[in-house]
Amino acid sequence: MDATPSVEGWGLCRRYGRRWALVDVSLSVPPASVVMVAGRNGSGKSTLLRVLSTAIRADRGTARVAGHDIRTATQEVRRRIALLSHHSHLYEALSALENLQVVARFLRRNPRRDALLPLLEEVGLADRADDAVTTFSAGMRKRLSLARTLLQEAAVVFLDEPYGQLDPPGFRLVDRLLDRLRRRGTTVLMATHLLERGSALCDLGIVLEEGRLRWSGPARDLPSHGGLDAAALPVAD
Amino acid sequence: MIVAALRKDFLLQWRTRAQVAAIFVFGATALLLFSFAIGPNAEALRQHAAGFLWLALLLSSTLTLAESFQSEMEQHALEGLLLLPADARALYYGKALSNWAQLALLGVALVPIMVVLYDAGSMNVAALVGIILLGSAGLSAPGTLYAAMTSQARSKQTLLPLLLFPLVVPVLLSAVKATSLLILGDPMDQVRSWSLLLVCFDLIHWSLCGLLFGRVVED
Repeated sequence: MDATPSVEGWGLCRRYGRRWALVDVSLSVPPASVVMVAGRNGSGKSTLLRVLSTAIRADRGTARVAGHDIRTATQEVRRRIALLSHHSHLYEALSALENLQVVARFLRRNPRRDALLPLLEEVGLADRADDAVTTFSAGMRKRLSLARTLLQEAAVVFLDEPYGQLDPPGFRLVDRLLDRLRRRGTTVLMATHLLERGSALCDLGIVLEEGRLRWSGPARDLPSHGGLDAAALPVAD
Repeated sequence: MIVAALRKDFLLQWRTRAQVAAIFVFGATALLLFSFAIGPNAEALRQHAAGFLWLALLLSSTLTLAESFQSEMEQHALEGLLLLPADARALYYGKALSNWAQLALLGVALVPIMVVLYDAGSMNVAALVGIILLGSAGLSAPGTLYAAMTSQARSKQTLLPLLLFPLVVPVLLSAVKATSLLILGDPMDQVRSWSLLLVCFDLIHWSLCGLLFGRVVED
């Protein structure tokens, strides 16, 4: 197996206005590993995932994702990644199926109904395929965003709070999705507050605090050694 | 990829067609109010018909253009497409073409209202449709770029006209002059020259704005 890291970052910094959201973060993620990104609200988890996925630019530092530099080979990186963001990236006026069809056409995949319905079935939205997203609950939107992420079949997947807004069956859906991505050899970086669940599912863990990388190591050690008080964070049921 | 972008934009327009109808009513109301300003002078109405048609279309265009990016920004759908990665130029041309189609249809739909309100009945309809196509292309190309630029600004309703209106003055002047010649008569055959000038403005706007769009929508 290729030992070149799937994601490597060097001195990544990003600021919003005068506040630094990410300060000198360096990391290395081996291929086909699932990494949990933990930290309190505002610690820089989402910013890190957005910088690595080229959704926003780093003010300093750089990274290589799937072998390509995020600053100089943005399009090459984008061809190999998928981002499940806080924003659903969905068109509210379109139906669930139409949203997937839009993505499929841009990816030059089969946009036919019968090709995309299995994906909607997988996320539990097959019976709402023709309903406009505007009629969906927050959890249903998250499920559709997950389907959109799956459709991309990316080599590196960034999941920002994938459990957010989901019900218990939704939690199990994300667990299955992670398992499927792992078996496919996909590298996953997942930001979550669910320490127990994340540490059980992920291989590695990193903890961010005020934009700085505070801890990194095996995910199973994160709740006890990551410097985060698990009791102060929400834990999955 | 332009085809995928165009399909997406036409689908979005179809789904929000109630807003398109509302913008048409806005344009028609503007034409009606402008006719009140002139009063019941048939000759004066005819002389001002072209100017007021394009003014109504320009004012309506700010609503159309701003609206076209509303759905892209609600859930950061445009960001999602850029990360696929969709080519920024394809996204621009898809959006600009669909805006052009909408503005051209709006312009054509306003013509009968102009004819009735401004007593501007005798003209070459095919030539007028051609001028509307060229003029609305000149509005939609820079308008789409500026709508993207202002879509995340807090005061976008003010910013878009502030940025767009000065830039489209040459397009507007050419379109008004050409339309006016069609309504009032064109003994010197000047419509052709004004149309050519519109084509030149369109070519400049469509090529430059397509190149700049990527820089506008990236972080």
